Amino acid sequence: MAVGKEIRTQISSIKNTQKITRAMEMVAASKMRKTKDKMEATRPYSKKIGQIIKHLAHAKTEYQHPYLIDREVKRVGLILISSDRGLCGGLNSNLFRMVLKQLSQWEKTGVEADLCIIGGKGVGFFSSINANVVAQATKIGDTPHLEDIIGVIKVMLDAFDGGTIDELYVVSNEFVNTMTQKPTMEKLVPVVANKEENSDEESSLGRLWDYIYEPDAKGVLDDLLVRYIESIVYQGLVENNACEQAARMVAMKSASDNAGNLIDELQLVYNKARQAAITQEISEIVAGAAAV
Amino acid sequence: MSMTIKVDIVSAEGEIYSGSAEMIFAPAEMGEVGIAPRHAPFITRLNPGEVRVKVNEEEQYPFYISGGLLEVQSHLVTVLADTAIRAKDIDEAAALEAKAKAEEALQDKSGKIDYAKAQAQLLEAMMQLKTLDRLRKKAR
Repeated sequence: MAVGKEIRTQISSIKNTQKITRAMEMVAASKMRKTKDKMEATRPYSKKIGQIIKHLAHAKTEYQHPYLIDREVKRVGLILISSDRGLCGGLNSNLFRMVLKQLSQWEKTGVEADLCIIGGKGVGFFSSINANVVAQATKIGDTPHLEDIIGVIKVMLDAFDGGTIDELYVVSNEFVNTMTQKPTMEKLVPVVANKEENSDEESSLGRLWDYIYEPDAKGVLDDLLVRYIESIVYQGLVENNACEQAARMVAMKSASDNAGNLIDELQLVYNKARQAAITQEISEIVAGAAAV
Repeated sequence: MSMTIKVDIVSAEGEIYSGSAEMIFAPAEMGEVGIAPRHAPFITRLNPGEVRVKVNEEEQYPFYISGGLLEVQSHLVTVLADTAIRAKDIDEAAALEAKAKAEEALQDKSGKIDYAKAQAQLLEAMMQLKTLDRLRKKAR
């Protein structure tokens, strides 16, 4: 029976798509678990280095590192962490929207911005709108390594050292839970140590003291602060990865659901058409029999 | 019981060791150091080598690190181990590569941000998502 052949092919093609989205959903779910573990694994390091920076802010250091001193802001640097691949709902769009809002705000106050972009989607978007991209890193993959981002961070820190930019921010998605990812912006340089969070241990550090540095204060602080900044960016990258997988999982789940709904609707249409054809045939036969 | 000091050895990609010990030996840049409890505050760079945690006479744990930093507070030792092999020229090369990529992508672009175009593109994406959402709600 030739009835509804188009509908049948349509249904089968949607079924194929549904299979794909369902597979992607499952892949994303398992990857999310892995990336979440990875996210947990990086926490101790960033927590520890944060603590050291906090200690440092309390110490009366003989040497004031430029990363610790505020200066007048004429140009800012922005490290943007996006995902390499699409099909993850509004994850990247939300992030870009926030960045654009911030950029136009800066533009109004006469502050220019240099962008440094990690992730293919961000590179694609911001180069298409002629943003000032000074460095980029793409194809990081599911297991990011610190080596992947050392280069881009160095570009920005060199710009800060050279006085091209006066502040450096990092923008990425924060993993709230599987359903929610929040775009966030954090200031990297000048380093803001949370002086407010005074716990009991700090009271013992209240007096004047300084570290013993080996070999010298400048070299050690340089290394420490660079590592601190790298650890924040790396943490951001790992977290953004977890966000990407979570967002993809949700997006693919809703895509599979949508496909299911479409199939149901089409099936109904197909059944009706088939029934109509049968009814018509019967009435034709009956009419034919009556005419004889 | 003798005095102990808390030790944390972490790398950017995970925690390596956390616990208390009698003494820690580390390959500092200017020679190996041994840190006992109540050491003065101290920061140093570490060379690639072995960090040894002496929990007591019988228990000693060696860890190999490829460099990093060591911080000492009177009650606490933190070793920040590097996961990447760091050297000035390697960092420099990575930085140049990142820059070159961006310049390549930007060659025929003026420096002005096209906000209108950006907004339009984003709006389009958002509307697509919203529409999908609505479709889904309607279907239920």
